[in-house]
Amino acid sequence: MIKNKKIYLSAKGLTKVFGFGRTRTLAVDHVDLDLYEGEVISIVGESGSGKTTLAKLLLGLINPTEGEIYFEGKERDLSTNKKRVAYWKNIQAIFQDPFSSYNIFNKIDAVLLDCIRMRGDGRLPYSEKVEMMEKACSFVNLKFDEMTNKYPFELSGGQMQRLMIARIFLLNPKILLADEITSMIDACSRATILDMLLQLRDDIGMSVIFITHDIGLAYFVSDKVYIMDQGMFVESGTADEVILNPKEPYTQRLISDVPKIYEEWDLSTV
Amino acid sequence: MSNYMLEVKELTTKYITRFKENVYAVDHVSLAVEEGKSLGIAGESGCGKSTLALSLMGYYFPPLHYTSGEIIINGKNISGMDPDSVRKLILGKEIAYIPQSAMNALNPTQKIIRFIEDVVHAHHPDASKEYILELATERFETLGLPPNVLEKYPVELSGGMKQRTVIATSVILGPKVLIADEPSSALDVTSQKKVIKMLRDMMDKGIIKSMIFITHELPLLYNVTDDIMVMYAGQIVEQASAKNAVFDPLHPYAYGLMGAIIVPEEGLRDVSLRAIPGVPPNLKDPPSGCRFAERCKFVQPECLVNSVLMRELGNNRAYRCIFTEEELREFYQNDKK
Repeated sequence: MIKNKKIYLSAKGLTKVFGFGRTRTLAVDHVDLDLYEGEVISIVGESGSGKTTLAKLLLGLINPTEGEIYFEGKERDLSTNKKRVAYWKNIQAIFQDPFSSYNIFNKIDAVLLDCIRMRGDGRLPYSEKVEMMEKACSFVNLKFDEMTNKYPFELSGGQMQRLMIARIFLLNPKILLADEITSMIDACSRATILDMLLQLRDDIGMSVIFITHDIGLAYFVSDKVYIMDQGMFVESGTADEVILNPKEPYTQRLISDVPKIYEEWDLSTV
Repeated sequence: MSNYMLEVKELTTKYITRFKENVYAVDHVSLAVEEGKSLGIAGESGCGKSTLALSLMGYYFPPLHYTSGEIIINGKNISGMDPDSVRKLILGKEIAYIPQSAMNALNPTQKIIRFIEDVVHAHHPDASKEYILELATERFETLGLPPNVLEKYPVELSGGMKQRTVIATSVILGPKVLIADEPSSALDVTSQKKVIKMLRDMMDKGIIKSMIFITHELPLLYNVTDDIMVMYAGQIVEQASAKNAVFDPLHPYAYGLMGAIIVPEEGLRDVSLRAIPGVPPNLKDPPSGCRFAERCKFVQPECLVNSVLMRELGNNRAYRCIFTEEELREFYQNDKK
């Protein structure tokens, strides 16, 4: 479909098994996935369907039992620490709970200064660093002057999550993995954050993997949707294909579970 | 006497901080819920929704303090009652409350049935274990929960099941009013639907007489409740039927909230989301004029000076803005273009 674009990340037959014998669980079961440049894909499923395990596999936080992951056409190699750090320059993640993503003893600007150091700009004069941080903060509609002297607990959940996006803006990875980033914040800040993800795609050309249980959000942000059930992709395709004409009963159920406003919400099918 | 299950008149409650500052988190709120009706309260985080829920119970503990106003539950005025008698006579029997993390109430070392016995014994010390088991089994069966849950430990249950168990337990004594404060926002959409189905069942089967449902998810509120109130900075800014609140909002804040609705329906991808910039004001030192003024798109100089009163439109509809109905609708028409 998208022939002229580069494939950033692809997974072939990715499998993860936890436990053995009686407690053997197939968390991720032979998953194939392609992520192109400048594309937002969503992975949708209930709790326990293996979304987060897949995210951890893609990030390289756990090793797959079977299957390969290719990054920019080459097989991913995480054998040494150096290679791992190089890989994480290209792929970054934001997780569900903003409150546990920060070091509570450090002030906010320490988070951003850390990112600048990771980029390799650690030796720049402080004024240039401040300029960079101001630019990142204005990207996410935060005022840098108000942020510098605060500790993480003084911010609201929405502000924290926006600061995480400012971090991503500074690091500028090729791929952003967003694991349920909007499930702990209210509907109003959620709209802002989803808009920012789309901005990252349009302005910088970042690819985003968006993991969620709410198919409505997936429909709003993504170009391609993968529906996950018990570790397998049961349906995939463009957002319009999957959500407006769902073929699998599981997808149909996920859609019927979301409250709607233009159609009747059928409560009898639980 | 009217058939209001819960009537609140000009209720004001405050937090007293460590530095002896008064923070009025609920400011002259009036509401009424009829028998068999449900009321939804919407608003973003930090608007005072949860404080309102706590205040409605009449059970105050520091730093939350009662200031003025009346709470009438089923014809009984409970404002100003001392906390001990509220706990003995009102909580659980007349009014029940489910917080967001209701499932954390379960004791991991005890079976579910012990938890239910605790609740019943607090109000009826003489109730026998057999009677409670019978009551709980029957209640769980009516609500579509498998009765074998009663003999299980909390760790054996999933998050959604735990939440439903606690909700079923909180209504075991048949309260008149149920206050549900974001009961489903920690759950995934499938469990959320089960929780909503159960709340609806409780209303239909007459276990509870009326419900107050608090959430920030407007599509959910639209499907669950009959009326919606929108809250901002401790005040009610809009009051309307669910349909009017979603499709024809009048207050600029309510209009802003509707811009953040995300539903998986055709045409959604073409609209851009309109989030409201900024954060709610700090209630330690609330603005003297309209509290929404600094974030409002349609702000006028006089908004910043005088406080704004509710405009009653009749038919249970009211909003807090200096503009008339027609002016506001015209603003929104132009804004959409």
